[in-house]
Amino acid sequence: MHELSLIANLFEIMEEKAAEKNAKKITHVVLQVGKLAGVVPELLITAFDMYKKDTIASEGNLEIKEVPLKILCRDCKTEVVKDDFVFICAKCGSSNLKTLAGMELYLEKMELEVD
Amino acid sequence: MPHNKTKMKTKEVMVLEDLLGSNKKIADQIRKKLTAKGILTINLLSSPGSGKTTLLESLSEILTPEYKMAVIEGDIETERDADRIRAKGIPAWQITTGGACHLEAKMIGKLFPKIPADLDFLFIENVGNLVCPASFDLGENIRCVLLSIPEGDDKPKKYPKAFITSHCLVISKTDLAPVLPFNIEKAKKEALEINPNLKLLTTSAQSGAGIKELAEYFIESLQKIRRTNA
Repeated sequence: MHELSLIANLFEIMEEKAAEKNAKKITHVVLQVGKLAGVVPELLITAFDMYKKDTIASEGNLEIKEVPLKILCRDCKTEVVKDDFVFICAKCGSSNLKTLAGMELYLEKMELEVD
Repeated sequence: MPHNKTKMKTKEVMVLEDLLGSNKKIADQIRKKLTAKGILTINLLSSPGSGKTTLLESLSEILTPEYKMAVIEGDIETERDADRIRAKGIPAWQITTGGACHLEAKMIGKLFPKIPADLDFLFIENVGNLVCPASFDLGENIRCVLLSIPEGDDKPKKYPKAFITSHCLVISKTDLAPVLPFNIEKAKKEALEINPNLKLLTTSAQSGAGIKELAEYFIESLQKIRRTNA
């Protein structure tokens, strides 16, 4: 359950950005979570709801955008969205692959209330 | 006067910031400083009870006195693992997380002033857990994941992140292979499917098999960072 430490990091970033914009409230938060980010989206939401009390986001909600695992074969240049974690190109058998997406754990955007 | 809600405006701001960014920043600083001192840092990761501490005890017998090593022990509670390492004459520092399931770079950063500059190897034994530690870079040069025979050969596919982010897989307790249904070749094959660059090693701290090869892999990696420094 490292989701709570990640949510603590999220709040640090949120509070810093909200202060820059002189926001009064954070009403909506969008997170990008890669398939290989190693977190459970439901637990992130539970942790967010626990953590938000008495913060600027006390009435805010967390939306999770799941990002599929996408790899590129450096040899045959095929780009594939993977459902499994087999890092071998299905087309040419190469293991010379690059992960293009799927590792994300990003605060994408927030909705703020400002004066 | 009634509160005038219409005065408030809603505004959307794009941020795109990594939740692990602050950890990564500290980890990069640790890696840079330790590598510049010619110290190879190894993050040992596994489920509880796969034999991380025992493996360190066995490694210490091969690496010392020629090489100097030290160990950072991560556990939820107790100094037991650090005491075992100290009993071997190896400096060890215990981090007790008091409940947290993984180590973070800032915890290693706090110990930084204690780390002797003339070390060769700094081992970090992470909290026993095959899930959470995989997300936190500690500033290591090598991430080494252990999988012991009693855990079962299906773990690489079930816990992919630990295996994808590691440089080296050690299949430990191989002395138990004859009595348990663990297929070493299957585990190796599946681990390589999810991470084709993984260095594969097998060890038994009981018989001593494979410990020398693992020590040699760390010595070669140490020489590699020192050549790059030179």
